[in-house]
Amino acid sequence: MDMNEIKEIFFQECEEQLAELESGLLKLNDGDRDPETVNAVFRAVHSIKGGAGAFGLDDLVSFAHVFETTLDCVRSNKLEPTPDVLKVMLKSADVLADLVSASRDGGGVDESRSRGLVKELEALAHGELPSSSAHEAPKPAPKAAPAPAPVAKAETPKPTDDSGFQPIPFSFDGFGEDEEPAIEGSVYEVSFKPRRELYSKGNEAALLLRDLSRLGEMSINCDTDALPPLDKMDPEASYFGWKISIRTTKSEDDIRAVFEFAEWDCDLEVKLAEEASSDEELPMVPVPFDLSILDDSSGGEEEKGAEQGVSEETVAAAVSAAETASNVSRAARAVEKKESAAAAAAAQNNAAAAAAAAGQTIRVDLDRVDRLINLVGELVINQAMLSQSVIENDATGTSAVNMGLEELQQLTREIQDSVMAIRAQPVKPVFQRMSRIVREVADMVGKSIRLVTEGENTEVDKTVIDKIAEPLTHMIRNAVDHGIESPEKREAAGKDPEGTIKLTAKHRSGRILIELADDGAGINRERVRQKAIDNDIIAADANLSDDEIDNLIFMAGFSTADKISDISGRGVGMDVVKRSIQALGGRISISSRPGYGSTFTMSLPLTLAVLDGMVVTVAGQTLVVPLTAIVETLQPEAAAIHSFGANQRLISIRNSFCPLVDVGRVLNYRATQANPVEGVALLVESEGGGQRALMVDAIQGQRQVVIKSLEANYTHVPGIAAATILGDGRVALILDVDAVVAASRGQSMKPEMSLAATG
Amino acid sequence: MKKKVLTVDDSRTIRNMLLVTLNNAGFETIQAEDGVEGLEVLEGCNPDVIVTDINMPRLDGFGFIEGVRRNEKYRAVPILVLTTESDAEKKNRARQAGATGWIVKPFDPAKLIDAIERVTA
Repeated sequence: MDMNEIKEIFFQECEEQLAELESGLLKLNDGDRDPETVNAVFRAVHSIKGGAGAFGLDDLVSFAHVFETTLDCVRSNKLEPTPDVLKVMLKSADVLADLVSASRDGGGVDESRSRGLVKELEALAHGELPSSSAHEAPKPAPKAAPAPAPVAKAETPKPTDDSGFQPIPFSFDGFGEDEEPAIEGSVYEVSFKPRRELYSKGNEAALLLRDLSRLGEMSINCDTDALPPLDKMDPEASYFGWKISIRTTKSEDDIRAVFEFAEWDCDLEVKLAEEASSDEELPMVPVPFDLSILDDSSGGEEEKGAEQGVSEETVAAAVSAAETASNVSRAARAVEKKESAAAAAAAQNNAAAAAAAAGQTIRVDLDRVDRLINLVGELVINQAMLSQSVIENDATGTSAVNMGLEELQQLTREIQDSVMAIRAQPVKPVFQRMSRIVREVADMVGKSIRLVTEGENTEVDKTVIDKIAEPLTHMIRNAVDHGIESPEKREAAGKDPEGTIKLTAKHRSGRILIELADDGAGINRERVRQKAIDNDIIAADANLSDDEIDNLIFMAGFSTADKISDISGRGVGMDVVKRSIQALGGRISISSRPGYGSTFTMSLPLTLAVLDGMVVTVAGQTLVVPLTAIVETLQPEAAAIHSFGANQRLISIRNSFCPLVDVGRVLNYRATQANPVEGVALLVESEGGGQRALMVDAIQGQRQVVIKSLEANYTHVPGIAAATILGDGRVALILDVDAVVAASRGQSMKPEMSLAATG
Repeated sequence: MKKKVLTVDDSRTIRNMLLVTLNNAGFETIQAEDGVEGLEVLEGCNPDVIVTDINMPRLDGFGFIEGVRRNEKYRAVPILVLTTESDAEKKNRARQAGATGWIVKPFDPAKLIDAIERVTA
């Protein structure tokens, strides 16, 4: 793994943290005061900052830092997370997201926006309330947070006094090195006396001395005066002190830096003994300090050995440490080695168990999954072809080959399901993106709107998720701009001035259902109707039901906004939304209650890769009808067929009439309508909720087919959703049921079907 | 024998960086995602040094350090705190909990290895 891969992981993680951040802030906005929620929000920003720092993403780091500082005020209860405060934070989360994508993909961010937010955040951290609530009674000013400094520089350790530092007077005349009197540098006298805390925090005097020795040439004198008799000795106490004389070219700060980790748990004095080298005699004899023993891999130190409960003998050995440091270390090390050997086997088992208990997810490149899905698709086709040719060649159907094939079929089916499950993802990320859009658009149009989401964990194929984001965004904008009224109008209507948009996802019979409901004014049917007449979409005298009027907004060239606004009037209408939903094999419909709001319902397939279909014959062509659309199949009887108008026919099913649609005629496979009695009727439910009976010539069977996009390879064909390859190797077209039903509806829906019989 | 390092950090990015840095430096690395998991993994992995983050879900770095220091078997293991917190208050708390030393982020491989070398033999 190299840095680029880790960076990729960082950005993935950022996405998750941003989602966490936003959902946490939204929870706080809903009144959640669980400290863990605040902590999670803080951690999200903190993690982003930490990773960004490692990659030198300075813009990201500095914004995250300011944000983090303010969040820390909330975390420590210095700042109350009021709705106004949270508004600033949600906006900051948006900017943070922008900065993340700018860092990943390049490109710029709205600098004035981020600068403005930095100011707002800093003001919050300093106890100033957001401007929009300035008129409120001032609250007691929260304690100011530390002014955001440029992030975490490397510390220059400075000795501090808050450890109760007690300098030990230590007078020492300078001395020189006999061997190398000409050595450069100054001589420092270091007095170092650890307290027991130093050892209990895992620091080790010997290691510190080792580090110190790297700075220059030194002589060490160990002060063992405090060592009590063995029977009075506390194995965890600190009895030794050291006096070191070191000749070094480094500064006093460098010497103190060695003791950076220990400075609070020891008495330390460093002072300059002489500037230049001197030939004076040493006032005391330096004890040779064998540092080589410390370079050994396992840490053997007297205190550590004693702590780990070794025998009295070892302790005794430790006592003599002062004089013979190397012996002691070896003894302690021997003890420790025995211990670690015993633990080694157990360690491996435990480590494995721990690894198993840890998160059981792996990250896989999407391309690899796609390739696997493609291959499995081919496998399914291949298996079907194999089955078919075996059936054709083996009439008995009981051979071992047949048995094996059946198992193979089951296995392929299972493999396919499992592979599909890999791609399944919760819709949560898309839903979360929507809350930002609601915020931004509501801000622009001066409305106050909250987004409520439900069923975010509903899983659906990744490609579906990727593709619903855009139409959903458009619908959300639309709902905010047109659906919800202005606060004044809402109040006048006796509603909560704050509007609500509810986004729901759920599984319904093999599809995912996404509902978008607003509590706005609902569809103004009079205006929609008038507009449709003006735009030549319907005839002036057309007699339409409420439902049909509502669904007119999906017609091309329809826009109810009186003036084209910046938000939803970008020349894109609901017709585009509908088309992109249909391109996904989905349906969309609207239901509306004047004064109470509208609900858009989208139904989408869970996957775009396979489909359960009914294979049928129409005018000699093989077609596949998605099984999800079919309610039932029936053999029409002559008595049940009723003519209606010039060329419309109805079929009576259980005392209700249902329009009969000849698929062959609609697709222009044949010029005249087929005789219904000779065919089979497929009762389908179309998106408007109405039922239609599709006439086909015969049913061949039911099977799972792999969807091959027609548009990607050919061009969009009205009435046809996609293509597939059947078991016998033939290509079959997959019927777009809604389009066929719509085309059959007659004059109001200008039929544009002109599919020449395909070979 | 390779020195064994236990790292505790909730960020996948940092975990990966620690892993790469430590492996390149010739350490054996064991990783945990938060304080709770850290204490679980600690049992039986017998690390020479522990590197931990402060801000973590379930059990933060302070709690984790206290947990290690309470453990009869592992209380003498050096613990380095890896954190962006450079202010004295957090450092102080980490020390009180029993941290041996600290490494201030942004993550710098050389600094990390240096700090580990300083507290291990």
